[in-house]
Amino acid sequence: MVEFILARYNYWIVIILMMMGLYIVFSRGNLVKTIIGLNIFQTSVFIFYITIGKVAGGTAPILIKTYGDKDKEHGGDHHGDHHSDDHGASHGEVVSEEGHNAHTEPLSAEDAAAFVSGDAANALPLNEPGASTPDGESQAADSLHTLPDATPSNALTAPDLVNGPIAPRVEEVTVPDIALSLGGEEQGSTGASHSNVAHGDAAHADGGYGAEAAADILYSNPLPHVLILTAIVVGVATTAVGLSIAVRIREAYGTVEEDALEQLDNAAEFGAAPGEVPSR
Amino acid sequence: MSLISQLPVLPVLLPLVSAPLCVLLPKGRMPWVFATAISWLTAISAVALLFHVAEVGSVTYNMGGWAGPLGIVYRIDIVGAIVMALVALMAAAVFPYAKESVAFEVGTEQSPAFYSLFLVCFAGLIGVVATGDAFNVFVFLEISSLSTYALVALGAKQDRRALTAAFTYLVLGTIGATFFVIGLGLLYQATGTLNMTDLHERLTGQDNRVVRAGFAFIVTGLGLKLAMFPLHKWLPDAYTFAPSAVTAFLAATATKVAVYAMLRFLFTVFGFTFAFMDVALTLFILLGLTGMFAASLIAVFRDDVKQMLAFSSVAQVGYMLLGISFGTPEGVAAAVMHVFNHALMKAALFMAVGAVFYVTLSHHLSAYKGLGKRMPFTAACFIIAGLSLIGVPFTAGFISKYLLIQAAFEATLPVSSLFIVMLIVASSLLAVAYIGRVAYEMFLSDPPEGVNQVEMPWTMMVPMGVMTAANIYFGMDAETLTSLARQGADLLSMGGAK
Repeated sequence: MVEFILARYNYWIVIILMMMGLYIVFSRGNLVKTIIGLNIFQTSVFIFYITIGKVAGGTAPILIKTYGDKDKEHGGDHHGDHHSDDHGASHGEVVSEEGHNAHTEPLSAEDAAAFVSGDAANALPLNEPGASTPDGESQAADSLHTLPDATPSNALTAPDLVNGPIAPRVEEVTVPDIALSLGGEEQGSTGASHSNVAHGDAAHADGGYGAEAAADILYSNPLPHVLILTAIVVGVATTAVGLSIAVRIREAYGTVEEDALEQLDNAAEFGAAPGEVPSR
Repeated sequence: MSLISQLPVLPVLLPLVSAPLCVLLPKGRMPWVFATAISWLTAISAVALLFHVAEVGSVTYNMGGWAGPLGIVYRIDIVGAIVMALVALMAAAVFPYAKESVAFEVGTEQSPAFYSLFLVCFAGLIGVVATGDAFNVFVFLEISSLSTYALVALGAKQDRRALTAAFTYLVLGTIGATFFVIGLGLLYQATGTLNMTDLHERLTGQDNRVVRAGFAFIVTGLGLKLAMFPLHKWLPDAYTFAPSAVTAFLAATATKVAVYAMLRFLFTVFGFTFAFMDVALTLFILLGLTGMFAASLIAVFRDDVKQMLAFSSVAQVGYMLLGISFGTPEGVAAAVMHVFNHALMKAALFMAVGAVFYVTLSHHLSAYKGLGKRMPFTAACFIIAGLSLIGVPFTAGFISKYLLIQAAFEATLPVSSLFIVMLIVASSLLAVAYIGRVAYEMFLSDPPEGVNQVEMPWTMMVPMGVMTAANIYFGMDAETLTSLARQGADLLSMGGAK
């Protein structure tokens, strides 16, 4: 239970921020504070979208030149709501060591195709042994319900195993035939209950070029990033309009406190409400 | 690349592209001439699109040549084409009206900014209708909302309360939009797509908490935007204090477009088969009915005529929700018809209110004393549109209420149909009460001493007259539109898929 809660910590951040923001909007009488609350509320949504788009182990969705001709991002949306916190101990080291050049680790063709086609669970053990990483066990343990067959105990014995964490360190530019793939494994480990749905859909949308994207790098899903950039722009615009209206309110009423404003309006209700400019 | 293949995108692009150009024009009359010309061009293309869609069925347009579901797709079905034509025609009527009214209420100093804001708002509203991409709906909703906040605030020249009204609208509108985005995020998480048709395909048969939460967020968010009864707090103030031309345009289009977006999400995206739908529809019956009565009752006791009509708008949204809540193609068709007809009557009514303000400098009921003698044309327009609001035969309002009642009898509802029909009629009687109060002042009170009949600028008279005439015309000859709405509703409720 505790693990269940901790593993989704970013969702908790989203919820807490969202409630804080809404509460500020409703409870604060100062107009500027209301806008700040609104901003916090919107920020929670940004974080929510970033969480959706994150693929564990995936790098920022920026095209890397080496793979210039294969510029399709790894298809679909893999809901990586788990970051290194739920990776096994062995994997944790790998990530920390390889974090800076994780993007140079390619997916094996079969591996990626299998993930893209939503068959990850069954396909894993069929891949060449090297395709599984040392952390496979811990990953699979985390998400047994999504990947019932993905306990690659044989993987640990594979000779390729050693290549995995080391190879990228040795070579600046990895070649696609290094079959080991951290990212591929981690995709399978997006242990949230909806991940099976998501994988199925990835297949639906992008199965067409799954094979072609196979040798590519693992990226985070770029679409939520784009969406949230749009939403940020909207948020900035809203803040700007809101604050400028607050400035105008201050000019017209001499206060930005809601209670005082209401009082002034009520007072004005009995006579004719005075316009900003003395009426003609 | 013939013009007809670009038609779906034309009504969005025309105002959107011309809005920044409008800012560059010199102060004075030029921006108005420009904006009016654009609004007419847009109206022509939107009507052409309506005829085109009525002929060949739904039209799909791939933005930038990227096909869906990956690209952004504009998809216009019959209901969409009707709503789009409605918005464009309203703009074409309100822009000419705006000339004198805005020069009087806002001044000509800010006219380039005012008209470009107006165009942006217009473009956003059309965009919501045109797009077939769920996230794009949010973007266009915000484009129109952001400009609306500023437009409402421009009413401050007459009454500084416009500023607080705009601020409240901004806060609530943003919360609504953000709720909508949260819902979209959840749906995206569950399906991995944002294309509406695609969403529908993948949501079919799915029923889990993610989808349910997404549904709830989207319905609440859109509910805020369309002023569903308990979420309507922003509407009366915003409509009351905005400049008259802005109110006439917003009342006729903004909530209507949100209703259409709601229809689209309920029926095209989620579909009748969605397990959670019953809960929502039952809620809509309840909220629709409460809204009809509560808002109408408030309207009866308002002395500010503009405010009275604004509350009446909230009540009328209740009728639309009621139509949706029946969950039948008949009900949806009635809701669409009411969207259309309510836009006609509210545009005419708010134009009349603006005309009265132009002459008397007041929205208060006392300013309407003896208006039948002072401003016979305006008073006549007000009364005809008011009758349409009540739902008197031979006016547009009658048609949609008739359809609504018919749909109520045909639908299977949690409560007795007869009960609902009686409530519809009873709330119409409340409309008699508040329109009657104004009518009494206009025709049965004597005008104050020493005031004579006043001349109105023709740019205000003509749009008002056209709107009033439309109320009568669509009350007499609703056959074409009704059958179109019916076709569209059938299409919507089949999930929008061909």
